[in-house]
Amino acid sequence: MAIYEDLSLHVRLFMKSYPFSRYTIAPTPCARLAKPIERSRVALVTTAGLRCEGQSDFDRSDKRGDPSFREIPNTIETSRLVESHRSYSFDHEAVRSDVNLAFPLDRFRELDSRGAIGALNHRHFSFMGSIVGPRRLIDKTAPQVAQMLAEDRVDAVFLTPV
Amino acid sequence: MCQQTVGLLQASIERAGMATVSISLLREVTSVIKPPRALFVPFPMGYPLGEPNNAPLQRRIIAAALGLLERDGVPILEDFK
Repeated sequence: MAIYEDLSLHVRLFMKSYPFSRYTIAPTPCARLAKPIERSRVALVTTAGLRCEGQSDFDRSDKRGDPSFREIPNTIETSRLVESHRSYSFDHEAVRSDVNLAFPLDRFRELDSRGAIGALNHRHFSFMGSIVGPRRLIDKTAPQVAQMLAEDRVDAVFLTPV
Repeated sequence: MCQQTVGLLQASIERAGMATVSISLLREVTSVIKPPRALFVPFPMGYPLGEPNNAPLQRRIIAAALGLLERDGVPILEDFK
């Protein structure tokens, strides 16, 4: 577990003063898995700031944090994904050496090929997670992605921070 | 902030009818945001699935997280062991 004491003083002070409780999810939404995972369509969502070559970069200058997302096709060669997260509170080299560390598409391909999940969705989604002012995420981009996943008839979503 | 973003995304996706599970690197944040299902992992920021190029460890973490999807009752916030 990463703990506050591991983080830089600057990050720690920010985290201590940030009003996380303002964004407590209540009541807890609960979508039950309608069928066994072996028959479920699965999509991945990461906040590691990944994008495909040719897609526009996230806006690292947005003080509130860029709430936009990038669609990652399921056919992507994972080693070609570009990581450009703005945060300096984590080691970028690790995820750049193996993107599965924060977007485990190759691991899920293994699960798919041995029938441990029903199918992988034809697309996945990437955000850049350092969204300090999440109002636009809550009101707009998160519901947009949820809608797209629902249209794809996705059953389960696996999310990874970085 | 990534933990908060993940939790808020989970809330939207669950409200649209899909079950979600996430990896959490910061208990202090996730336990306040309270997403429906999260697996706490004992790794530093930047290492949500343990280690780069360690597929066996990544597989174990994913299996543990997917296991939370098949359990009743939320929120389920559990430690990876």
